[in-house]
Amino acid sequence: MSTTIEPTMRVETRRQPLPPKERLERIFSIEGLDAIYSGKPAVKDVTMEVYKNLVTAIIGPSGCGKSTFIRCLNRMNDLIPGFTQTGTISYHDQDICGASVDPVAVRRNIGMVFQRPNPFPKSIRDNVAWGMNVLGIKDNQDERIERALTQAALWDEVKDRLKASALSLSGGQQQRLCIARAIAVEPDVVLMDEPASALDPIATQAIEELMHNLKSEYTFVIVTHNMQQAARVADMTAFFSISQGSEGQRWGELVEYDATEKIFTAPSDKKTEDYVTGRFG
Amino acid sequence: MSAQSLTGPNPRLDRLPRRKAVNRIMELLAWLAAAIAVGILVVVVVSVFRHALPALNLDLLTKDPIPFSLTNAPQGLANAFVGTIVIVGIATLMALPVGILVAIYLNEFAPASIRNGVTLVLDILNGVPAIVIGIFVFGLFVVGHGQSGLAGAFALACLMLPLVSRSTMEILALVPNSLREASLGLGVPQWRTTLSIVLPQATGGILTGTVLAVARVAGETAPLLFVSSFVGTQTEWNPIHALQTVPVAIFELSESPDPADHARAWAAALVLLLFILFTSLAARWLANRNRSKLTAR
Repeated sequence: MSTTIEPTMRVETRRQPLPPKERLERIFSIEGLDAIYSGKPAVKDVTMEVYKNLVTAIIGPSGCGKSTFIRCLNRMNDLIPGFTQTGTISYHDQDICGASVDPVAVRRNIGMVFQRPNPFPKSIRDNVAWGMNVLGIKDNQDERIERALTQAALWDEVKDRLKASALSLSGGQQQRLCIARAIAVEPDVVLMDEPASALDPIATQAIEELMHNLKSEYTFVIVTHNMQQAARVADMTAFFSISQGSEGQRWGELVEYDATEKIFTAPSDKKTEDYVTGRFG
Repeated sequence: MSAQSLTGPNPRLDRLPRRKAVNRIMELLAWLAAAIAVGILVVVVVSVFRHALPALNLDLLTKDPIPFSLTNAPQGLANAFVGTIVIVGIATLMALPVGILVAIYLNEFAPASIRNGVTLVLDILNGVPAIVIGIFVFGLFVVGHGQSGLAGAFALACLMLPLVSRSTMEILALVPNSLREASLGLGVPQWRTTLSIVLPQATGGILTGTVLAVARVAGETAPLLFVSSFVGTQTEWNPIHALQTVPVAIFELSESPDPADHARAWAAALVLLLFILFTSLAARWLANRNRSKLTAR
């Protein structure tokens, strides 16, 4: 097998060069993370770091545990019966699973946008305002709502019908509303679990652009099954793959984690290369 | 070539007439079974209606009964209708909040083991014969204290509780998890998520369950015979006293030697029947509306 990358896999990118590693601030340090559903491991032994103000993409084939992994980062898996995890996830050097840590506090700092748009059955305005109200962000609400919707590239489309039901929006608009809702409460990190998988290319582009524009304020971690998307938006890319045990059990594992440029042009692992060149997955 | 024929001789079609006949017979049997179910309801409604007609007038709802009446003065069962309204109303006030809280706890907070256990208990409670509930409440409240509308309401509340909580659980389970995740993902605590996001989605379904439960217990007789049946003939609103109720009145009037009493029993039965039919239809309409709202997404 040659190491040349097929021309079709060359993708446009607007990434600026990464600053040197020592100048990057660590947000997450994940060490030896195993995530287990009712005794069946979904991902095993993930060790990686996530850096501030970068977009970090998690790519890999279906079933490699990408979503499980990202949901560990804000303890969303706590809601799933039978879920356990071992290893440590430090967020700014605090163990997010520590005994004194409330998962609500974790999620307050680390927001999430889900695979399918899930706006509340409320008005467009209330979708953004409700979280702020509940969480006690009461001052300058109108400005904050406008800002969040503008950042989510939705303001121009909805400014004249803020009282309309969020369910009347198209799928792409709903997803951008969900992003506005997530950033309106000003989290530190925004996790995105395949945010564009149910969207058309134009809505996808809008979401990629907003990530690009907002990463100076937030840190994004995005799961995607779309390699071009990772190549377009991500500064760092982690490739997950599926491992098989001797008795047929399957679990996901982190194969390679590096600057996106490196992952897509000069991957050091054979599995990564096969995946990004389209030979597998 | 005949092996492909659709009309002529073809070994694949050998038993075709027989299969068609069996199919016809099965279809007919199923149709008959459905017709019997509908027929029974029709016969009940028609016969109740026919017997009730002579006594069916506004006096039934507005006038109290006159015991051993020797005149033709108009009389009715106002006391029984008032008693049923009071007792069922209080029972609803008792069962509704508890039932909803039980359902919320089981569906939103409890671990699977507790949920399964308590759900089983609720199903068993649902199957407990009403007379057993009656005896229980009789021993608990009536012995030593005397009968009261409150005791009757408590007995009916025991019957309503599993109905309300099971139907609420079912509707809560229909609320999409993605909404819970959306709220929790914002860093909103779970109680707030339940109160502000999940519960508003379920109100229609909770209402449906409540209406069905009301329809069910409004016709309960057995527990009330123990705990709220020694009554006067005056309309009584105070639940501290024993209150007359429609089902108990029907039972008592049917034992009377006076044919006019029988007619009033039939008329009361008709009112009860119409009430239950109407509430069931309302519940079904509410349920459909709510279900389509929840599954539209």
